[in-house]
Amino acid sequence: MKKITYKEALREALREEMRRDPTVFLLGEDIGRYWGGAFKVTKGLAEEFGDERVRDTPISESAIIGAAVGAAITGTRPVAEIMFGDLTALAMDQIANQAAKIHYMFGGQVKVPLVIRTPFGAGVNIAAHHSQSLEAWFMHVPGLYVAVPSTPYDAKGLLKTAIRGSNPVFFCEHKLLYPMEGEVPEAEYTVPFGVADVKREGSDVTIVATLYMVHEALNAAKELEAESISVEVVDPRTLAPLDKHTIINSVKKTGRLVVVSEDCKTAGVSAEITAVVAEEAIDYLDAPIKRVAEPDTPIPFSPPLEQYVVPNEKSIIKAVKEIA
Amino acid sequence: MQLNLSKEKLVEMYKKMFEIRCFEEKVFELYAQNLVPGTIHLYAGEEAVAVGVCSNLGKDDYITSTHRGHGHCIAKGAELKRIMAEILGKKTGYCKGKGGSMHIADFKVGMLGATAVVGAGLPIAVGAGLSIKLKGTDNVVACFFGDGASNQGTFHEAINMAAVWKLPVIFVCENNVYAMGTRQSTVMLVKNIADRAIAYGIPGVAVDGNNVLTVYEAAQKAVQKARKGEGPTLIECKTYRHKGHSRIDPAKYRSKEEVEEWLRKDPIKGFKEKLLQTNILLEAEIQQIEKEVSAEIEEAVKFAIESPHPFAEEALEDVYA
Repeated sequence: MKKITYKEALREALREEMRRDPTVFLLGEDIGRYWGGAFKVTKGLAEEFGDERVRDTPISESAIIGAAVGAAITGTRPVAEIMFGDLTALAMDQIANQAAKIHYMFGGQVKVPLVIRTPFGAGVNIAAHHSQSLEAWFMHVPGLYVAVPSTPYDAKGLLKTAIRGSNPVFFCEHKLLYPMEGEVPEAEYTVPFGVADVKREGSDVTIVATLYMVHEALNAAKELEAESISVEVVDPRTLAPLDKHTIINSVKKTGRLVVVSEDCKTAGVSAEITAVVAEEAIDYLDAPIKRVAEPDTPIPFSPPLEQYVVPNEKSIIKAVKEIA
Repeated sequence: MQLNLSKEKLVEMYKKMFEIRCFEEKVFELYAQNLVPGTIHLYAGEEAVAVGVCSNLGKDDYITSTHRGHGHCIAKGAELKRIMAEILGKKTGYCKGKGGSMHIADFKVGMLGATAVVGAGLPIAVGAGLSIKLKGTDNVVACFFGDGASNQGTFHEAINMAAVWKLPVIFVCENNVYAMGTRQSTVMLVKNIADRAIAYGIPGVAVDGNNVLTVYEAAQKAVQKARKGEGPTLIECKTYRHKGHSRIDPAKYRSKEEVEEWLRKDPIKGFKEKLLQTNILLEAEIQQIEKEVSAEIEEAVKFAIESPHPFAEEALEDVYA
């Protein structure tokens, strides 16, 4: 095992898949040789694969995704980058009405092997237009897969699966995860979709968390261990498909559930996971389900304001203690 | 005849135009008999555009289409019976009944599908052009859209992107004067949508969209340019839909005089007269073509009506590949 950052893991996945398959290409704003992506994920790839396959685009999010859709249905495998997750709003028709529906609405005639990579998340004080977590928007659209890797290992393995697949994948990254290090095998591997990972085993409370919140949950679990509360942390890794089985099995074991998500509470990721457990496993619960999520505000700028609305280790500990 | 086209080609073009007209008339009739679920957007009156453009394309070239897309499908070589079956919501339709009138595609003939979101097809056409460029073939994409779509942001984003990357895309604007009930002149100050090409540094040409040979000639030039890797062209075809926007629209926003004037410029009637005047076709030959087409349409209708509906549970299939 080697230790690399989340950002490097993503880059390795892109590089390996581009070497393996000449139909894989990248497009996005400033992803090429001059910038290498706003978060440097694609740095060095234009030098290896050329400007045609690592394609800088105009600032035209709708056309970026639309072009990726058109390319995907005519025999290539585009990986589009949208610089910030918030900006996917500009391309929503192409994502939700075109990419997601083409396979279905044309009766399965054509596949749409397309990956849309974008970073979500707060924590770097860039306010309402660059900090949101909008995973739930995409979970709500049939036809899309939604990946939410929390570690370098998962990021690399899931991205490779996404690129090799036959469906449009909305691939959520997180700004605070890019510099985070983790172990990644030297050998080739992929991570399947729809298979959650138990990031920590425990017996008293289940926490389901995604992306950066997995790490806040793990920190909370460590703290709670000192107080003799044993926490299990389940990371779904993909929200669509969602591995209900692993979540429910964990709840059966612990009888208690806290769902942590950085997106807004109302109709968000935490709402969906809570509903699944309430619908399919309520008899196993010994306490009400708790949700720790963004309190339905835009993300504010000033550090004390931003810290107040984004879930963290402390708010997770508080929620766990309310039911444990 | 201003173009040096073979008799065979001219006959093929006339036949396609006539096919589209008869097909649309039949769809209208079936709708009245309650056999067509939902709504319909008929292409009658605009046949010269689809046929003039698609007559320049081969099977490996692509097109993208709109909610008013039956004509594009037929012009690109899709099968009448499977189009009709789709319109009737049947299992044997192109999309197994999941798409309907506004979402027909036939990937086998390069018809990349009709989108019912106005302007959404333009970026997709750019992507198909990009894929052609990456593969290094000399194929092209013809992207059909209406005057209404030219006010969408996707129009600007897509044409600019295709221009800057010199992609083999022919942007074909079917200007039928009205976006639903909104007259073009009330929503844009430019007279010719083709003039907008200047903003993207590409050629833009406005042509009589009811003259199939004029459309053919403009498209030929654009296609040749695109095949040589010299980038996109915007062609504005000035035309008119004979019916309202959709089945429920009596089109009262159009004056009787205006409609009559455009009906006099009927693209099929005009082409037929030209073929007869120049002795390329004799009246008897025309009648023979029209007879053949009528039989084909009847066969398509029979196929569609006799085809089964999909099983209800099939609604759950094809969400993911």
